[in-house]
Amino acid sequence: MKDSVIYADGLTKRFGLFTAVDHISFEVERGEIFGFLGANGAGKTTAMRMFCGLSIPTSGTGRVAGYDIASQPEEVKRHIGYMSQKFSLYEDLKVWENLRLFGGIYGMRGRKLARKSNEMLRDLGFEAERETFVRALPLGWKQKLAFSVAIFHEPKVVFLDEPTGGVDPVTRRQFWELIYRAADRGITVFVTTHYMDEAEYCDRVSIMVDGRIEALDTPRNLRTRFGAETMDEVFQQLARRATRQSD
Amino acid sequence: MLSYLLEKEFKQIFRNTFLSKLLIVMPVMFIIIFPYVTNQEVRDVKVGVVDHDHSPLSRRLVEKVGASPYFRLSDVSATYPGALDAVAEGESDLVLAVPRGFEHDLVRGEVVEVLVAANSVNGTRGTLGAQYLSTILSDYSGELREAAGAVPGAVLPVFRTETGFRFNPTLDYKVFMVPGLLVMLLTVLCCAFTALNIVGEKEAGTIEQINVSPVPRALFILAKLLPNWIIGLLALVFGMLAAWLVHGVTPTGSLGTILLFAVLYVCVVSAAGMVVSNYSNTMQQAMFVMFFFLIIFMITCGLFTPIKSMPDWMQWCVSVNPLKYFVQALRLIYLKGSGFAELLPEFAWLCGFAVVFNVWAVWSYKKSL
Repeated sequence: MKDSVIYADGLTKRFGLFTAVDHISFEVERGEIFGFLGANGAGKTTAMRMFCGLSIPTSGTGRVAGYDIASQPEEVKRHIGYMSQKFSLYEDLKVWENLRLFGGIYGMRGRKLARKSNEMLRDLGFEAERETFVRALPLGWKQKLAFSVAIFHEPKVVFLDEPTGGVDPVTRRQFWELIYRAADRGITVFVTTHYMDEAEYCDRVSIMVDGRIEALDTPRNLRTRFGAETMDEVFQQLARRATRQSD
Repeated sequence: MLSYLLEKEFKQIFRNTFLSKLLIVMPVMFIIIFPYVTNQEVRDVKVGVVDHDHSPLSRRLVEKVGASPYFRLSDVSATYPGALDAVAEGESDLVLAVPRGFEHDLVRGEVVEVLVAANSVNGTRGTLGAQYLSTILSDYSGELREAAGAVPGAVLPVFRTETGFRFNPTLDYKVFMVPGLLVMLLTVLCCAFTALNIVGEKEAGTIEQINVSPVPRALFILAKLLPNWIIGLLALVFGMLAAWLVHGVTPTGSLGTILLFAVLYVCVVSAAGMVVSNYSNTMQQAMFVMFFFLIIFMITCGLFTPIKSMPDWMQWCVSVNPLKYFVQALRLIYLKGSGFAELLPEFAWLCGFAVVFNVWAVWSYKKSL
């Protein structure tokens, strides 16, 4: 694990008798865009929550940014960004106030915080929305803002849980441009999605079925291995094996 | 980091129009309207008189009772059973029976017993009426003493009466209720506000973004607690002003002591609200759990019924009710003017609750599951 930013070995999470995540093992390298695919209920979100230190694993080990997720969850949190499936910025705060809050939480102060906020709003083309309440933004803009907040403090890894759900194709495209820019800066991106065209954008992709990782490779290699034209076909072949009821 | 969290909390509070309305409406409801509702003063108690003595002194006593604003002479019977019949028919609430030889015994300085019988179907009316009546009797005895004292060598007449209404001589319920209602106000406002605030973040999903950040748990709780002090103290000031302007009730003791207790108490109830919210996932759940406990705490805190008249085991249970100590402390400051030194036990108990609830609040707030 020379330069691995995310490392999992036999990571398992059980809720009572139900095994949500079943012995998953893999490594993700620095600057990589890692697609984490799977049907609804396959265990993607649970796995991601373990990497973010929100959920303590039942067994197995996991390290994120060099910290153990079971014993040092607060250290892990210091070095990651997270964008949850549900939009979770403060809707009753203005755009710049959300930036200020989260910047402040990660230890940015005064002038540096203000300069960084301005830069970020300019990059996003959001300068005119500085004073807008977040609840008044369209969904696509909210998602872009949430992503920018997640990487505002320059984390080593950013975890994105279905970041483009319900967003139009143009905005999705713009969103992926943001993801590429972050990856170019050396931020490792760990992303779940249900859009197979997005899976093609990833450096490597894993496909989870019933809590286990059934395939892990580059999109091209996966297509070759499964004799498929598109990632969609690969996904269909694997997801059909699921015995779990999707939710 | 705390300053950023506080900035966020305050902005959210100021933008919350519902809360600002609540902050005005609640003190008005609790302090202006409730004292009228919870007033247990009885007026116009109907008194039936049986005068077996027919002496000038006994007639003066009856006149004195009739002159009181609390009583109305409804019936004069020749015999005690006749007077009881009037009670049975609902024509009188109380019977005052003056024994034969009343004046004779009084003049000779012997102990005189006057019979007061009360209809206890309406318990408050009966017992309070009887208490008022005994106050009048003791006044009367005082007057007679003074009159007799003017004549050297005269024997002083003695009544056996029991009275003990110090610090609130007129038994004014407003004076008695206002401090208690201030406690209710702070409890409901601060507890509900914190509980709903945190569960609100859970429902909105924003707490997830906090949980995945390196914010220490205690700091997050502290940022929720500090604004509550301001809200609680504002409500307290509104409430105390309303009590003064509308009811003319002002504290006998020092404002500083009240403030000190209020700050401590807000810390206790806010933390309790946080504990509730940490175990709840939705607003409905938090509301039900909170009101379940609030109602129990309020009924048993001694605000409406004296704790001393509860059974021993209940008195023991009530000693873990934080409201009890704040009600006691505020009443003592308001009515008796007690200073901080006399209220040390209450202060110590509240400190204990503050520590327990705050530790519990931080402990039960889990950033990782």
